[in-house]
Amino acid sequence: MPEENKGPESVSPPAEGAKAPAEAGAPQKSEVQPAAPQAAAAEVKTPPAAVAAPVASSEAKPAATAPPAAPAAKPAAPAAAKPAVPAKPAGPVPEPWESELVASLKQQYGSGIVESLSYLGQKYLTVDSSILPEILLRMRDAEGFDYCVDITAVHYPKREQQFEIIYVLYSFPKNERIRVKARIHDGEHVQSAVGIWETANWLEREAFDMFGIVFEGHPGLKRILLPDEWKGHPLRKDYDILQQDKEWVQINLGIESGQ
Amino acid sequence: MSKATDYLDLDTKDETFLDSTEMVLNMGPQHPSTHGVLRVILKLDGEKVLGTECVIGYLHRGVEKIGENRTYTMFNPYVDRMDYVAAVSNGLGYCETVEKLLNVEAPPRAQYIRVILTELCRISSHQVWLGTHALDIGALTPLFYAFRDREEILKIFEKYCGARLTTHAFRIGGCIYETYDGFEEDVKKFCAFFIPKLDEYEELLTTNRIWMTRTKGVGILKAEDCIALGVTGPVLRASGVKWDLRRAQPYECYKDLDFEIPTGLNGDTYDRYLVRVAEMRQSVRILQQAVESIPSGPIMAKVPKVIKPPVGEVYHSIEAPKGELGYFIVSDGSTQPYRVRVRPPSFVNLQALDVMVRGMLVADVVAVIGTLDIVLGEVDR
Repeated sequence: MPEENKGPESVSPPAEGAKAPAEAGAPQKSEVQPAAPQAAAAEVKTPPAAVAAPVASSEAKPAATAPPAAPAAKPAAPAAAKPAVPAKPAGPVPEPWESELVASLKQQYGSGIVESLSYLGQKYLTVDSSILPEILLRMRDAEGFDYCVDITAVHYPKREQQFEIIYVLYSFPKNERIRVKARIHDGEHVQSAVGIWETANWLEREAFDMFGIVFEGHPGLKRILLPDEWKGHPLRKDYDILQQDKEWVQINLGIESGQ
Repeated sequence: MSKATDYLDLDTKDETFLDSTEMVLNMGPQHPSTHGVLRVILKLDGEKVLGTECVIGYLHRGVEKIGENRTYTMFNPYVDRMDYVAAVSNGLGYCETVEKLLNVEAPPRAQYIRVILTELCRISSHQVWLGTHALDIGALTPLFYAFRDREEILKIFEKYCGARLTTHAFRIGGCIYETYDGFEEDVKKFCAFFIPKLDEYEELLTTNRIWMTRTKGVGILKAEDCIALGVTGPVLRASGVKWDLRRAQPYECYKDLDFEIPTGLNGDTYDRYLVRVAEMRQSVRILQQAVESIPSGPIMAKVPKVIKPPVGEVYHSIEAPKGELGYFIVSDGSTQPYRVRVRPPSFVNLQALDVMVRGMLVADVVAVIGTLDIVLGEVDR
């Protein structure tokens, strides 16, 4: 992998160039931008733009499907080598995810939709935690995401909003999977999704058990994998791998320590 | 338990002297039919189940926490210990997810080897299910038959990678072991050997009067309930939903292989039995095709010695013998995953137990736990 990467990076910056047009393109077409119409428009466009436009459209596609530093980008190198962002990320970068669904959500909720990205072909949506239940309900009813695959969380202690809660959704009719995410502060409550998908019951209990995230409206929010009286939430980053609830171990197991 | 006052209050009850109030009964965590350490608290009215509550976590080892503290390569053998009767599938799911993060794909030969071993693993997992499920219901013979034939699969695993149960057969980027001499013949021999054995199982059970009485109409789960509860795998298919990740979102070389997705009609225990048996037949079909068309070439993709996926996150899932087995891995660009989440099919499927046994008899709870095909190592992780 690094060997493959090294080639294009050191020889020429086409990999960066490939991304640059895609990134630069994003803000311009902020309203609605399905890839195909744009490509079509590029062909019809006026001559001066034609030099750059085909490059952008031809490169944008491989980047969307298979972003390994594509050899196809090489021929375009001289043309594409321009300002470019010399950030030099090691791998593929999340791309903006634009679709009818996202556009209509953005129109309705505005800044409630924090970001909509696609990474390695997987789409995800970050929303404000206050509109989370609405979005989830809409996903199920209007968008056909009838199957809630998983609910989990990730702890980022350095961020202001420490927790990211993730809903993996799948649509049987569309055969499509997306993720809906929301960022919350430590101690902030989230609306339970049990009313939307029954499967959320245990999944939310697990998230509560492991991270201490409280789901409001959950029919029986208690620990699921750890003992009820256990103190601490092990998947938080400040919980060391060797850490344990010594008191519980001593009382219930009759031993000094589990280690 | 009922209180003494209830007991004495005979006037308001039937004339019988027996206490007819509800009773709470603990089943497990050491009950043989719970296949491990599952505790089910049953609320009973006589023999009728009014409600259940599962108490799980007895086998919790903190697999996800361990994952955050090991490198990508080091964590690989740990995943085998979740669903230990289908260790190969666990490994496949994990390796594929990390490969996705790295944006590499296993070479074709490795894909075929992986598919062959995973399908063998599916058969062996279903054999364990069949044997224990039948044993729970009272048929002793299928257990011996199933374990006898499963031995042949374990022998192939042992010859291939040295381990029988927790195989650690795959590595990130492909396979580490080339097939041994005679691997193809062994697989072909197994296929030829196994089809008559499957008929034998079916002879014992499919039209067996007792088996049918104990399983038909027991633990019915409708398709819409399955979807609401997130139930996947053979349980979902037995309810009539023709959905299999090998077809819906093909991974490895499944798109080149021809097989059918067996489905049931009624979503009861008997249909789930039929679906799993039919699935074993389809697995044999896959094996026969895969072993014929296994290409030559490298078995390992170009992956660095030290695996450091770029910053990003990926969810990927495969069709494990028990349902959708998903991994959600967040990489922060270091050698260790920032977060590994396992979406275990057993855990999610077990949640359906309550819906399935309400209004049934205690003996049916045993049948339903068996038919859900859970492995507590995966439920508790």
